[in-house]
Amino acid sequence: MSEPSMGFTEVVIENLPILQVILPLMAAPVCVLLRSGRASWALATAVAWVNCAISWALLQIVLRDGFLSYAVGDWPAPWGIELRIEPVNALVLLIVSGIAAVVITACPRSLDSEVPAGRHYLFHAAFLLCITGLLGMASAGDAFNVFVFLEISSLSSYSLIALGRHRRALTSSFRYLILGTLGGTSILFGVGLLYMSTGTLNLVDLGQRLQDVGPTRTVMVAMAAIVVGSTLKLALLPLGAWLPNAYTFAPSTVTAFLAATATKVAFYVLARFIYRVFSPAIAFETFHLDAVLLPLALASMVLGAVLAVFEKDVKRLLAYSSLSQIGYMTLGLSLVSVTGLAGGLVHLFNHALMKSGLFMVVACVVLRTGSSRIEAFHGLGRRMPFTMAAFVVGGLSLIGVPLTVGFISKWFLVKGALEQELWPVAAVILGSSILAVIYIWKVVEVGYFKEPHPDFEAREAPLSLLIPTWLLLAGAVYFGIFAEPTTGLATLAAQSLMEAAP
Amino acid sequence: MSPETALLVAAFGPLVTAVLVALLGRWPNLREAATLVTSTGVFAVVAGVLYPAVVAGDRPHRLLVEVMAGLELSFTLEPLGLVFALVATSLWPITSLYAAGYLRGHGEINQTRFFICFALAISGALGVAFAGNVFTLFVFYEAITLSTFPLVTHKGDEASMRSGRTYLGILMGTSICFLLFAVVWTQLAAGTTDFTPGGILGDLPEHHVPLLLALFAFGTAKAALMPFHRWLPAAMVAPTPVSALLHAVAVVKAGVFTITKVVVYVFGLETLRTTGASQWLVAVAAFTLLSASVVALFQDNLKRRLAYSTISQLAYIVLGAALVSDRAVLGAGLHIVTHAFGKITLFFCAGAVMVGAHRKYVSQLDGLGWRMPFTFGAFLIGSLSIIGIPPFAGAWSKWWLAGGALEAENVPILGLYMVSSLLAVGYLMPVVARAFATRPDPSTFEDDPVSEPWMCVLPPVVTAVGCLVIFFGIDPMVALLEGVLP
Repeated sequence: MSEPSMGFTEVVIENLPILQVILPLMAAPVCVLLRSGRASWALATAVAWVNCAISWALLQIVLRDGFLSYAVGDWPAPWGIELRIEPVNALVLLIVSGIAAVVITACPRSLDSEVPAGRHYLFHAAFLLCITGLLGMASAGDAFNVFVFLEISSLSSYSLIALGRHRRALTSSFRYLILGTLGGTSILFGVGLLYMSTGTLNLVDLGQRLQDVGPTRTVMVAMAAIVVGSTLKLALLPLGAWLPNAYTFAPSTVTAFLAATATKVAFYVLARFIYRVFSPAIAFETFHLDAVLLPLALASMVLGAVLAVFEKDVKRLLAYSSLSQIGYMTLGLSLVSVTGLAGGLVHLFNHALMKSGLFMVVACVVLRTGSSRIEAFHGLGRRMPFTMAAFVVGGLSLIGVPLTVGFISKWFLVKGALEQELWPVAAVILGSSILAVIYIWKVVEVGYFKEPHPDFEAREAPLSLLIPTWLLLAGAVYFGIFAEPTTGLATLAAQSLMEAAP
Repeated sequence: MSPETALLVAAFGPLVTAVLVALLGRWPNLREAATLVTSTGVFAVVAGVLYPAVVAGDRPHRLLVEVMAGLELSFTLEPLGLVFALVATSLWPITSLYAAGYLRGHGEINQTRFFICFALAISGALGVAFAGNVFTLFVFYEAITLSTFPLVTHKGDEASMRSGRTYLGILMGTSICFLLFAVVWTQLAAGTTDFTPGGILGDLPEHHVPLLLALFAFGTAKAALMPFHRWLPAAMVAPTPVSALLHAVAVVKAGVFTITKVVVYVFGLETLRTTGASQWLVAVAAFTLLSASVVALFQDNLKRRLAYSTISQLAYIVLGAALVSDRAVLGAGLHIVTHAFGKITLFFCAGAVMVGAHRKYVSQLDGLGWRMPFTFGAFLIGSLSIIGIPPFAGAWSKWWLAGGALEAENVPILGLYMVSSLLAVGYLMPVVARAFATRPDPSTFEDDPVSEPWMCVLPPVVTAVGCLVIFFGIDPMVALLEGVLP
């Protein structure tokens, strides 16, 4: 691609799609070589922000050109490895790299208190690998590399989770490892069957050839395997059992990162396979996938919220809330309409903002009190006013109060449900918001009305944590008021997913 | 100032108040002065710029922000909204004066936070009044809920936490479950949520109309329609100025205003008349009206008694809107005004009794009228106005409401109005009667000091006089509200 006559800038721009994957991948071993917590942090932070800029640039290119195809090593698709950026994964890339940059910038203080100093460089290396995996998954244009990058992101997230200060982090990580491997293998199995049926791995090519193959039994099994595998990574009920413990026992900043990104990329993979590889005709009209996904989404929404209502640990409470929110996204996917799908996609972005913000709040509280139990939140309204106020803002957004991002998502989803006259679905969406009121207000109440618990000391969190937290939550308010960019992009992405491959 | 600018100044002026109050928190006198000056300024803008404009037939419109395609925050002022705005802003300065006296007399904590949230709530109420579409109304409706929550739970003890739970749970629960549902549905069915004279839902299938109306009516729990009324008595745990302005005027009136506005400008009176879709709402409102009056009879806690009286009086307004005859809707609009002045007087007095004599039960009031003559004199006038006896304001709204029932050919409702007026006599008059019936022995005065701080006495006297003035000056109000009708 890069010809001798081109200047450096042109070369960089030409190679942006691969750069964002290569950069963190190269930086990770450097972190290990550096063996210094601070130096590796500086490197990881720099790479994360560069990546953030790259995904912004990619988004601009995609908005201009419609899509962007990059042939790795100049081998053209469908024989070579293709990286293919369309509106939908441009959105996902931006979410992953943006959240990664904010979280890694904020992490040193929180890391100091939760991870032994000697392992910080390993943490940063794993973090970078995780970014590599997630960005790779989101930009890979062929099914096999989706699997490869999935494994990179999974393996690194297992080790990130295992770094948690509680010993149960190890068992949680192990459990995630077992289930995650099952999911990965299942996807690989599905990809293998697809290759058997069509003789290709390129996603676009697969989509076209599957139209000729039609809905054979092999295709059906492949779809089942891929759906099961990706819903496992997505943590949709009933395959989400790994999520609460993994989120609870991982270091707080890891939770903030993974909650906002890992499940989002899994969602993207699921949506990409269903809509573009199998096509809605096969997935929904022949195999009635929506009849499976819709009830599961609704069940996730309600069950996650109910579990959150009864939970006594705020970190786990938010993890259950994530289960519930994943239900919202999947619901958007199973409505099979532009509005519904756009609702699911815009919720990817919106939920990433607010949930990572909320987990950052937990990180602040854990840093100061040493615990994320609800007792640690007693009386924080006075002792950590800015942290607690951040929780209120994030919580309101999670509830879906207007002028926050949560409202925008809900608006789309309810509209999507009503468009198809699915009244009960609309009722469940709104009903589960009530549960969100309960579980959020449970924390807000103790924060402002209870006297501080004697076991927990607290003072306001340091600015290095507060600023990123508020940045994320300010985003949750900003994009709730000026929602045109996000909803516009999500609608564009939904349209491009719904229509046949170009 | 152009009316369009005035809309912004009035709706967001209270935010300036909030900022000033926050900055001046350390100097209570300056802080209260800031509230008084800015609140009077906001009233002056509404009365001096917006009122003449609307009377002249202008309907000022202002786009605030386009959230996304097809969803915008915008203000459009029409007569009903102006009436609500006038009520809220005219009573705000008076209540601020009263609140200053009350909070100091009671030695309340967190006074600065109180005045900040108060200003925010007023801003929310004005946003509701000015809302140009249902979405904007919904946004400010929620803003009121959130900004009043710290006011309801002001004391910060266990009891106020429980009340706060009820308050937020019911108001937010219903608004998310039903009102938001209704907003999305309206947007989907009509392609817009703009308030339009004559309504926008002409194409809605006939059997959907009552259902959507139900979502609106129950989604607006601030109107305290049974069975979603319990937040109102629960909110009485708040300091009395909150009960006075918010739970007799701004918050609850935002509720009934929403229902009336939606009936007139979203459904359209004609649509509801031809489909008869609001008949069930007549029944629910009638039930609420009657049963709340009966419950009020048995409340010994004065504020709770007034709260149930409020529920009953709000049902008058909903009932007027649900009857969908021209006169009834006009009566509903008038009742927003007259009930506001009457009920705020009563709450002011109840609070003055709490501050001056440390009593909150009706059974403790024996002979107190002789020692707090201004307070109980105002209470008497407020009560007469609520009951609907001339020459006080309440008489007019009941007159129009009764006429509206006749126009809608619903005679039983006329009977209901009579019965409930009698019940109002039954729950309000005993308070006055007890206070004046026995003349207390002056020798007991020494160990039971009673005071009437002027900041707590002047406001109820002013609003009581207001009840009288409105009775004689009702014409401009009626003329204004006739602009609501097609």
